[in-house]
Amino acid sequence: MTEQRPRDAAHWARYSETIRVPETSGTAPNVEGRRMVGPLQGFGKMWQKTYKTRLEGVPVPPAEVVETLKERFPEISGFGEGFRVPDGGLVPGAVALLGGLSGVVVLYADAESFTYMTPEGHPFSGWITFSSYPDGDGTTVAQAQLLIRANDPIYELMMPLGLHKLEDTTWQRTLGRVAVHFGAEGRVETRIICVDPKRQWRRYTNVRHNALLISALHAAAAPLRWIKRRATGTSRTPRTQDQTKGGTR
Amino acid sequence: MPQAQVTMDVRRVDDNASIIDIKGELTAFAEGVLMDAYNQASDGRVRAIILNFEGLEYMNSSGIGLLVTLLIRVNREKQRLLTYGLSEHYRSIFQITRLDDAIGIHETEEEAVEATNV
Repeated sequence: MTEQRPRDAAHWARYSETIRVPETSGTAPNVEGRRMVGPLQGFGKMWQKTYKTRLEGVPVPPAEVVETLKERFPEISGFGEGFRVPDGGLVPGAVALLGGLSGVVVLYADAESFTYMTPEGHPFSGWITFSSYPDGDGTTVAQAQLLIRANDPIYELMMPLGLHKLEDTTWQRTLGRVAVHFGAEGRVETRIICVDPKRQWRRYTNVRHNALLISALHAAAAPLRWIKRRATGTSRTPRTQDQTKGGTR
Repeated sequence: MPQAQVTMDVRRVDDNASIIDIKGELTAFAEGVLMDAYNQASDGRVRAIILNFEGLEYMNSSGIGLLVTLLIRVNREKQRLLTYGLSEHYRSIFQITRLDDAIGIHETEEEAVEATNV
C-alpha cells in the first residue's frame, strides 16, 4: 500500500509503549513509565459526558476559543498551578501533570480541538476532548466531551460518592469561564449518557496502579524510610526507579 | 453544525458478515452516517461487521470516539467488529488509543472475511 502523509498526521501524538515525562527526575511516579489507557481499558461503566456553552452574540471564531483554552487551561479549568503544562505547550504527545498525583497526555490537537488521554492509575480511563464549532445559526459553541470509565473498582465506588459530581462541576465551571472570558452569558448545557452499563470485571487488577493508593502508601511509609536512612547513614535520593522503564518517544 | 464529509456504503458478504466502506473524514459529524450504516449492515443475522478503511482520508479524536461507541453497540448485539485497509498511520492511531486491544485488524478484505468464520 502506498503511504502518503495523511492530513491529520501532525495532529496525533506518536505511539509509545509507555509515557515518558521529560525533566522530572522521578517527580511523577504515577505517570512516568505508565501506559496510556482509553475507555476500553477501564473497569467501571462507560460514560459519555458532554458540556457545552453557546457564545451568544460573540463573533469569535472556533479556532480562537480553542487557542485561548489551550494557552490558559490551568487558569480557566481552575486547576491553577496544580496543572503543569510542559514548556512546549499542549501539543500532541505533551505530558501535563496534575499535582503530584497523576497527569494527562495530549493525544490529539488541531486548530479547533484537543484531546487528553489518561495514564494507568488516573481516576478515569479515557479521553477528554475540548472543541469549538459553529452551531446551525452561526453561533460559536465551546464544548468538552468525556468518554470515560472509572479506572478500577476503588474509583468506581467513588463515582456515586462525589467523583461524578466533581467531574461535572469541573467542566461546567471551565466552560462557564470560557463563556465569561469572551463576554458571553455562560450558561452550560450538560448531557450525560451511560454508553456501556457493564463493568469490566476482568480489569479489577487495574487497582495495582491506583494513583491515590500508591501515593497514600508512599506517604505512609515515609517514617520507615527516614528510620532506614538514619540507620544506614544514607542521604535522601530522588526516586528514579521508573526513569528507565522505557519511554520510547 | 458542519456537514459530515464522509460516505459509508454497506455490502453484504454472506449471511454472517457485512462490510462498511468508509470514504472521507471520520469526525464527530460522521456519527449519524456511521450509525445508519451500522443499522443497515447489521440487518438480519449478521454476526460480524467489517470496516473498510481504504478510503479514509482524515480522522480526529472524535472519530476514534465514534468507533468506541460503535464497538460497544456491536458487542451488545453479540457481534464482532473487524477492520481492514488501515494505513500505517491509522494503525499507529489504533495502537496509541488502544483500540487494537478490542478490534480485529486485518490487511485485506479476504483476511477479514476469513476471520469472521473463525
